[in-house]
Amino acid sequence: MTTRFDTIPKAGLFTEEHEELRAAIRTFVDRAIRPSVEEWERAGEFPARELFRRAGEVGVFGAKYEETYGGTGPDLVADAAITEELARCGSGGVAAALGAHKDLGSNYVYRFGTEGQRRRWLVPAVAGTRIGALAVTEPDAGSDVAAIATRAVRSGDGWILTGTKTFITNGPIADFCVVAAKTDPDRAHRGISLFVVEAGTAGFASRRIETVGWRTSHTGELVFDGCELSPDALLGEENRGFHHIMECFQWERMVMALAAVAAAEETLASAIAYGSGRQAFGRPIAKFQVWRHRFADLATEIEAARSLTYHGLRKLVAGEDATREVSMAKWYATELDWKVADEALQMHGGYGYIMETPVQRAWRDARLGPIGGGTTEIMKDVIGRSYGL
Amino acid sequence: MLHPLFTEDHEGLRASVRGFVESELAPHALEWEREGHFPDWVFKRLGDLGLLGVRYPVEYGGQGGDWGHAIVLAEELARCCSGGVGMAVAVQTEMATPPILKFGTEEQKQRYLVPAIRGEKIFCLAITEPNAGSDVAAIETVARKDGEEFVINGRKMFITNGARAHACLLVTRTDKAAGHEGFSLFVVDTDSPGFSVSRELDKLGMRSSDTAELILDDVRVPSDALLGEEGRGFAEIMWELQGERLIGVAGSVAGAWLVFEKTLAYAKQRRAFGQPIGSFQAIRHRLAELATELEAARHLCYDTALAWEKGEYPVGQISMAKLHAGLVVNRVMNACVQIFGGAGYATETGIERAWRDARLLRIGAGADEVMREVIAKTMGL
Repeated sequence: MTTRFDTIPKAGLFTEEHEELRAAIRTFVDRAIRPSVEEWERAGEFPARELFRRAGEVGVFGAKYEETYGGTGPDLVADAAITEELARCGSGGVAAALGAHKDLGSNYVYRFGTEGQRRRWLVPAVAGTRIGALAVTEPDAGSDVAAIATRAVRSGDGWILTGTKTFITNGPIADFCVVAAKTDPDRAHRGISLFVVEAGTAGFASRRIETVGWRTSHTGELVFDGCELSPDALLGEENRGFHHIMECFQWERMVMALAAVAAAEETLASAIAYGSGRQAFGRPIAKFQVWRHRFADLATEIEAARSLTYHGLRKLVAGEDATREVSMAKWYATELDWKVADEALQMHGGYGYIMETPVQRAWRDARLGPIGGGTTEIMKDVIGRSYGL
Repeated sequence: MLHPLFTEDHEGLRASVRGFVESELAPHALEWEREGHFPDWVFKRLGDLGLLGVRYPVEYGGQGGDWGHAIVLAEELARCCSGGVGMAVAVQTEMATPPILKFGTEEQKQRYLVPAIRGEKIFCLAITEPNAGSDVAAIETVARKDGEEFVINGRKMFITNGARAHACLLVTRTDKAAGHEGFSLFVVDTDSPGFSVSRELDKLGMRSSDTAELILDDVRVPSDALLGEEGRGFAEIMWELQGERLIGVAGSVAGAWLVFEKTLAYAKQRRAFGQPIGSFQAIRHRLAELATELEAARHLCYDTALAWEKGEYPVGQISMAKLHAGLVVNRVMNACVQIFGGAGYATETGIERAWRDARLLRIGAGADEVMREVIAKTMGL
């Protein structure tokens, strides 16, 4: 007997085609990323140009965009599946680099760009031949976006950009960077605009910042010292930048939640695998009841986080306001990923504390989740406000 | 947007059940809680409204719905503000009678299921014994074959609806030597000679539902009282427990949402140090955490029900949903008592009642620790 349930995709989201795409991305991750992770992490480097190009060839970057831009969408569910699979690659830094390009730099150009801007920056970004970044955060302004100090002053038809951005993923290697700047300093959040700044622009310099985790990705401080921008560098509406950023935050936070759930699942699986092999007192340590129950708790929380995240995703896919749900998923999933990583490290004992065991990296990488893209504290503030508090 | 488990039809059911609960049940909640009992007419009224058979086939008097409808019913019954009512109804609709539909003969369905759906026969489910709870295999109640009859002897403990039930779904051993293959289910009329209620148990929460200890002293039942296959009772009751756990989660999480809503309203209205307490960041973040955890618990429940309706038999996921909901709901209730302060500790606001009711979810239908065992086993540990 067939019922209406037979026609509902998995979790109301993933069709057979999505599962095929997922399998293809997993194969790509297994072949192009996983085997090199240890080497890249040791070096604090990965061959970005080559990897972005290969990722572009298999369609990692184009799920959100139409064919005319080289994409395969628009299909947010497909993009979610890609995000989950990239997060399983074993290196938070590589996943972050690909993600910052896919969901930040490129996505802004698609959402707010003119046809000309899309041709110029989005098409090569989808192909993986040009790398993108997004620069909002500054030394003195993170989640409080309205407090940014970078200025763009009109000069003839164009603009002069001055200021400093920090903690910018892909910043030092990006070919183009979407930069938020004050265009009307008297109007707080209603005086912010977005600009696309290309690498090589005179007055644009960057330096790499060393980080505790995400060590393969290039996190940078960007300095714009009187950069001259042409009129077509303005992305979206003048003085509407704050609104544009808030709009894009939802997807940024959603992919962080999706990635956190997938990463937590990977980390838990590796801890179970280790604990099933490691013997103590005559049996595998994973077989002791304390650990069996702890694994059960963590697996349970991962399922809960997945359900919460997919709830937000379904709302986003339906085009509904999902600010509350996405904020919930973001803090819950990223805090859980961190907790799972810490428990997994504990399961490894002394081996968890040495640099040759991958779990130490999962632990360092996961710690960024509750910080980046809006901290846990900011998420709870957003949720509280959504309830009128 | 609605979760894919639900359609407009489900929302129609939700609205009508909510109306009924608010107008006909909630006004009596406090009285029922005080008396430690709610009247039998509730079953009859629910039966008349078609609410005892939302997912049963039309041919037996049901509404022909699905798990989405059952979850809606459990969620809305939670709004009557007396946890025992929803639990008693869930015993009737999702614990004692599903095995009759799934494993029963046509005659058993006509004799028991049809009047159960009408609310004319009240059911209880008797698994637990004084010395056997989650360890179902330790059950000692014995059904011995004697010609064309079985003779049942034993004691059953913590049986919801036990004192008022007309019929009882009973888990027994029919072959002690056969281990897990030696269990059998029976449907027994509670007026059978030898079937008695030895005592009603006073308890911490869920006070409006009756909880009894049952004694079976040489209860003779005909062989057609056997439900399902002789010797298959263990597997059959394990199947039953899945639905029992899922419906318990749905009702409990909805109960916690109701208390969350009340706490949210209270936090906006109650002032301290010159401002509503909800505008203090500590309270705002606490409420944000509670809502997040409840939303996760609710959607894990929905996703699990959806997977089941799509043809999976998600034993591990159901245990996860129950373990998670039990912990979350209890954290939420405790935090809401805290935010209400003295008013939360006082009986008249109903917050402490919800807090006490919620405690059962971590014990009944398999304790947290048993859920972890089930989950670990499904993970190969």
